Amino acid sequence: MYKGVMVIGEQRGGKLHPVTYELLARGRVLADKLSEELSCVILGYGMEQFAEEIIQRGADIVYIVDNPTLKNFLPLLYTRVLTKLTQEVKPGIVLAAATTQGRTIMPLVAAKLDTGLTADCTELDIDLKDKSLLQTRPAIGGNVMATIKTPVSRPQMATVRPKSTKPLPVNKGKEGKVILKDYETNLFSTCEEFLGFIKDTTQDVNVQDADIVVSGGKGLKTRDGFCMIEDLASLINAAVGATRDAVDLGWIEYPHQIGLSGKTVSPKLYIAIGLSGSVQHLAGMQTSETIVAINKDKDAQIFKVADYGIVGDLFEIVPELIEKLKNKKEGKDSLQKRSEIYDKV
Amino acid sequence: MNIYILLKQVPGTSDVKMDEETGTMIRTDRRNVINPLDENALAEAIRLKRALSDVEVTAISMGPPHAQRALREAIALGADKAILLSHKGFGGSDTLATSKALAKALLTSVNGRLGKNDLILCGERATDGETGQVGPMVAAILDIPVITFVRKITLEDYLLTAERVVEEGLELIKTPLPALVTVIKDINQPEFPTLAGKLNAKSREIPIFSPDDLGISNNEVGLRGSPTRVVKIFKPKLSRDVIMHQQDSSGAAVDNLISFLEKRGAI
Repeated sequence: MYKGVMVIGEQRGGKLHPVTYELLARGRVLADKLSEELSCVILGYGMEQFAEEIIQRGADIVYIVDNPTLKNFLPLLYTRVLTKLTQEVKPGIVLAAATTQGRTIMPLVAAKLDTGLTADCTELDIDLKDKSLLQTRPAIGGNVMATIKTPVSRPQMATVRPKSTKPLPVNKGKEGKVILKDYETNLFSTCEEFLGFIKDTTQDVNVQDADIVVSGGKGLKTRDGFCMIEDLASLINAAVGATRDAVDLGWIEYPHQIGLSGKTVSPKLYIAIGLSGSVQHLAGMQTSETIVAINKDKDAQIFKVADYGIVGDLFEIVPELIEKLKNKKEGKDSLQKRSEIYDKV
Repeated sequence: MNIYILLKQVPGTSDVKMDEETGTMIRTDRRNVINPLDENALAEAIRLKRALSDVEVTAISMGPPHAQRALREAIALGADKAILLSHKGFGGSDTLATSKALAKALLTSVNGRLGKNDLILCGERATDGETGQVGPMVAAILDIPVITFVRKITLEDYLLTAERVVEEGLELIKTPLPALVTVIKDINQPEFPTLAGKLNAKSREIPIFSPDDLGISNNEVGLRGSPTRVVKIFKPKLSRDVIMHQQDSSGAAVDNLISFLEKRGAI
């Protein structure tokens, strides 16, 4: 019967993406509550090298399907392989990350398996009464939370919002099984063709992967004003975010847009500058761990979700913040240099 | 060729405010609109229709009877035809049940079966449910290729090349038709309806189909056909205990912010 928790690991360009460790942390909690095993599936080419760390990060079993055709993500092909594997293993729960990959492959597999799927969960738990999965996600633009169950169909499937949990530390002593899965050649033939990947060079740090996001809105007034956001971001190694207004005004490209019609982020720190906090924008960032807001209007919505707010002219505050952070950084650097010199002496 | 648009009517979200006490959305805008990304999908279909010859654009929606308005708007925007799946039997459908109904509509004669050179377009997600699941699920049920998060489509000799926006950049994927593509905002700038389009839409009859018409049993759609159940709705703790500072010449606001962030380990 359907048993165990399975997480779909994510690889991009032959490298295991850290979101896989977040899924393992989520899966471990659920598997322990059920006293069942946690497995992780990796589809790709040359991925066996990552099996050990996947076990050390929480998995009991690692399934690897290694084939040159799986090097890049092709939806139809990945669906066929994952559907086949899921039908063999019969896990009770299947989780993937709510990334562009996860949000594509999971509905495809769920429909093939004729089972339910909940998108972009921020909380997962087990209902101990019937051992079913409680899938909680923000609804209506994040203003309401909904808990969803899949009472009858199996597996119970959910995508999990990236950065909504922390990976487990590496446990060197943990043991697990690695199972290499092989299938007949015709399973790997597809009409889809991967023509190439072009890296977005305007994005040093991707907004959804970043630990810190600095976001700007209409309050920055001009493209030149928006440069301050980029300056502050690069100083603290943050990704740049923006409101819809800032994107529509052409100050920055759409991949940086945060909110209902853009991306959803939940970094450790979100700094909102010159943006009032429309419901649409809040929906994309309000689950951030710490939120700082800088705005001239003390009644702006953004302060309702902030942990720290400064009311005033951003054209004074942001340069001051940049200056002080720079001094701190330089101070640290020179201190470091001094201690290095002392070490040498 | 036929291009089908899967279109959802959603509550208008312009000018929404938040109820500070309850943390819920107050919709001052009571209108329902076409899901914005579906409007991009429709605009893309119109663009392809202009570029290629012999293309018919059909908008398909599932929803309450008043979703006819969204479909009429789709005609005003340039769709040739529109059909609505509406019946109490569809009520309470989750993404899988909705996808089954839409897939069935594409397969049955209600709008002429899905042909080998046809294309299905829809928005990557809807602004209300935000699941982004219906597009891929329809493709899986129809067993056709799907490309998601697309910002550019090229069609040549019934081969589709798409630029897919992913976390770190762009992927280029090629696939034969029939295929389903989910689009993002970057793909185009939708136009406004023309007066002629509006007049044309006004007089148009939008045919409505029930599960019976599609030959779907009542167990496949609606609540009965939905594997998921909402078991609880609650309000998240929205407001945090905000520390507020007024900027002044002392520099205290920024100093305190830096030490606050350091204390939290945020920088």
